[in-house]
This record gives sequence, C-alpha cells and structure tokens, in this order.
Amino acid sequence: MSSADIYREIILDYYRNPRNYGKIQDPDISQRDSNPLCGDELEMHLNIKDDKVADVKFTGKGCAISQASASMLTELIMGKDFEYVKKLTKDDILDNLGLHDLGPARIKCALLSLKVLKSGLYSYIIDKLKDTASADQIKEQASGLY
Amino acid sequence: MQTSFINVESIRNDFPILKRKVHKDKPLVYLDNAATTQKPIQVIDAISNFYLTYNSNIHRAVHELAEEATLAYEATRDKVAKFINAKNREEIVFVRGTTEAINLVAYAWGRQNVNKDDIIVTTEYEHHSNIVPWQLLAKEKGAKLEYIGVDDNGELILDHLDKYLQTGKVKIVTFSQMSNVLGTITNSEEIVKRCKKYGVRVLIDGAQSVPHLKVDLQKLDCDFFAFSAHKMLGPTGVGVLWARKELLQGMVPFNGGGDMIREVHKYETTWNDLPYKFEAGTPNIADVIGFAAAIDYLDKIGMDNVREHEMELTKYALDKLSQMKGMILYGPKDITKRGGVISFNLGDIHPHDLATIIDEDGIAIRSGHHCAQVLMERLDVSATSRASFYIYNTKEEVDVFVKSLNRAKELFRI
Repeated sequence: MSSADIYREIILDYYRNPRNYGKIQDPDISQRDSNPLCGDELEMHLNIKDDKVADVKFTGKGCAISQASASMLTELIMGKDFEYVKKLTKDDILDNLGLHDLGPARIKCALLSLKVLKSGLYSYIIDKLKDTASADQIKEQASGLY
Repeated sequence: MQTSFINVESIRNDFPILKRKVHKDKPLVYLDNAATTQKPIQVIDAISNFYLTYNSNIHRAVHELAEEATLAYEATRDKVAKFINAKNREEIVFVRGTTEAINLVAYAWGRQNVNKDDIIVTTEYEHHSNIVPWQLLAKEKGAKLEYIGVDDNGELILDHLDKYLQTGKVKIVTFSQMSNVLGTITNSEEIVKRCKKYGVRVLIDGAQSVPHLKVDLQKLDCDFFAFSAHKMLGPTGVGVLWARKELLQGMVPFNGGGDMIREVHKYETTWNDLPYKFEAGTPNIADVIGFAAAIDYLDKIGMDNVREHEMELTKYALDKLSQMKGMILYGPKDITKRGGVISFNLGDIHPHDLATIIDEDGIAIRSGHHCAQVLMERLDVSATSRASFYIYNTKEEVDVFVKSLNRAKELFRI
C-alpha cells in the first residue's frame, strides 16, 4: 500500500498524541519487547480485575505504525475480559489500523503491540494457574497466535 | 552527471543493476552503500568465469584446473597486500568478513593475552561487531570493557583513551577507522601513537574506510586490521584480517580442519604456515577471485579520486539537507573529517516511516540503529536515517533524494 494510504490523519494523530501513553504503578502485568531488526521498543502495563482489563498503558519508541498500533490496541482492550484479548488476531489489529497490505518488513511494526500484550497476558495466566499441564497447553495456543 | 574527479557516466555503465527500475517505473537511486555496494560487471564476470571455466578446489590437487584456481586465489592475496600496503602476503588472512576477522582476534589472540582485571578499550561509535566479541571475551576472562566517548561533533574524546592507558591495564584498543553512522574519520595514527607508548595492541576496523579512502598500513602502524570485500564492489562472504606476522605466529588457530595443518596424528597436530594456519576448510574461492576484480576496478579509478568524488557529493548533499526545516544532521560538519555517510532525522518522522516513503520514489537508504545501539544511546535517539554514497552516485540523485524528503514532510504535514 502507498505511503499516502498508510500515513493517514488518524495514524499520525495516534503517533503524535498517543492515548493511554505512560506507566501504571505496580501493575499486575508488565511486559516489554523490542524488534531486533529495527530497535523499536514497547512496554505495556496492565491492571487486572475480575479477569478483565481494568487499566492499560504503554510506553515505547518507534515508528508511527508501531506506536499508533499500540495506542489503538490499548483502547480496544480497555475493560474487556481475557477471552476477548485471547481471541484477538493479527487481522483484528490490521483492521483496527486500517492497514491491510503492509509489506513483510513493516507488518512487524504493526504487530509488536499484540505480541507484547499476549506474552504479558499469558505469563500472567500461567503464573496464576500453577498447574503446569494447563500452562503448557496455553503456551502452545499462544505460540500459534502471531 | 560528471564530477571533476571520476567519469561517473562510464562507471555507471559497468553496473547492470543501476539500470533497473523499482516500484514499477522509478529509476533506482541506491544510497545504502555503507551496508553493501553494488557490483560491477567485471566482478560478476570474474566469479562467473571461475565457475564456467576453472572451478576446482585449491592448494591440494595437481591437475590444471586446481593450479589455475590456486593461482587466481593467491593472486588476490598479493593484490590485497599491495592495496593496503602490507609488508608480507602471509599476513593477509581471508575470512568471511570484518565480523569474523574481529572474532578471530578476540578468540585467538584475546584468550591468550587478556586476563582478569585487564582492560579492553573500544569506542562509543563502534558497530556491534566491534563490541560484542570483546564483551564475550571480557566476561569469560573477568576483564573490563571501557569506551572512548564521542563528543557533540561526532568525534572521539581522546582524553578518555589517555585515562585508560594510564592505568597500565589496557591490553588492546579497538576502533573503526570510519564510523558507519556518523561518517567520522578517526584520528587513527594519533591513537596508535598513544597506544604504542604503553605497548598496547591496536585493532582497526576498516570496513567503512578501505572502500572509500587510501589506507596505508605502514603509516597506520596498527597490529590488527579488518575489512570486508562486499562494501568495496566485491562479493559478500569475503573479508580480510591483516595482522603482524609475529602476532599471527604466536596465536592459536581459530578453526581446526583441512588446509590449516602440517601433520595430523591421532592426538597431535602441527600447524601449516601463515596464513593457511587460519584458513581451515575450503575457502570461498570464487568470491575471493571476484574480490580481485573489485580491487582492480578501484585501483583503476584511484582511491584518491574516489575520496574526492565522495567529498564533493557529501558536501553537495549536506548543503542541501542543512537548509531543510526540521533537519537534524549527525557527525562532523568539516567535510575533511568525514566520509560519504550522512545520518539524519527529519522532524518527528521516524526513520522507518521515512525510508518507507522515499523507497516509493526508488530511493534506497538505511533506517534504524545501524548495528550501533551504543551510539544511538549516546545520541539519545532510537534510530536515524542514513544515506551513503559511492563512486556511481551523482548530484542528480542527491536532488531526487532531497525532493523525496520534501514529499515525506508533506505526508507528515510538517
């Protein structure tokens, strides 16, 4: 897709004025990751109440696509339950951004936030479970998701 | 199209890839030469001719093909020695690239000579390949890794070097002759001079300098020198480690295997002569032979002319870029202190976004941390965009590049 289609007003707005940008003190979930190819960084903090996302914030450095994607994802999951987050797919993220035909180099930018979110959430669930059989099953599910 | 130093038009005719279009109908403007350069037809032909007419393994067999291949492979060694003014051909070791050359020294020399509490000195503007091998060595030995800092002009702060040298604990100082991000040309001879006073060994990473400047090892007077063929018109997978003969003699082999031995018995092996002691296994014969054609090509142009051409282009580009609103340029402003590498940031456009946008106009630049995350931290940025020039680039291409940057500004509404 052309740059004019990628860098629409809404993407630039979320890049320059990211919603839910910042940190949560003593979050239930804190997850960080980076893209080794380009050095983009992202950290997400979540508070969980009754298996729901009570609060979510992110900080990071990176391109407009990665930062807008992260910000829009925080809005998407705010107040939602675990099942909703678990079911989020790569297409949901791209739909949300309105970016469909990103090349292989740039699609990683768009999906870094989903990767961070899912890694954080699954680690949290696994920690709570203390049941290794179910934990392994969940890990296996998670690995197929992105 | 022509600058006064070299005939760019005729050079461009030697590079078939420069005729191709990208994104359907955009002429390719290749400004990612610090990553790898394009290859002239002479290099491609040399490699193809090897496979078509005398492909065989070298050094062992006695048949005619093997003899031709061995001669061509060894002739490259002589050309390399002459190109960088090394005294002895047996000081030239062929490796896969600069990274392998530095790892070879860190492993084979470092493990014998660096001990607990010793200091290894590198700089803040090194490529990861001149940091990570030393981190591994320092961790293994309990040694310390220290950094010469970079000032706001993008130059090394040599007082830092003195401070470390005065401890008497430094075993090796290792630095690049030209920064792959800032383009800064290191004051190498001065560093070597200071190190010699303390009997400290010096490794110079010439990956960015050998392709663009005349390098004279006798003047540099360092102990180890590393560079890659693919950044100077040659093929990928070939690099050079030069080291003083007496050092190579004292070092243990890096890889064990065929060709590096004199005699192998069940429990003991004696080593082959230099440089073969460090060239285990079948080497990258075809590409080493191709590398000779690259050296011939550069020799014909003359490295002084290469440098003059790049200085003129870089000055032209810097003049235009510095006039752009929102432009932040990194590295020395003095054109004599830098090579043809320009790192920059434009407004709040992230380098990845910028590279994506101008790629649509056929322009290939690099964006990201350029394998220099320590320097990115020093500059307090997560990434930069980088345009880098070579012998086939033109002022017209710089104009296309600047025009495309303006389009990016419009897209980002700045």
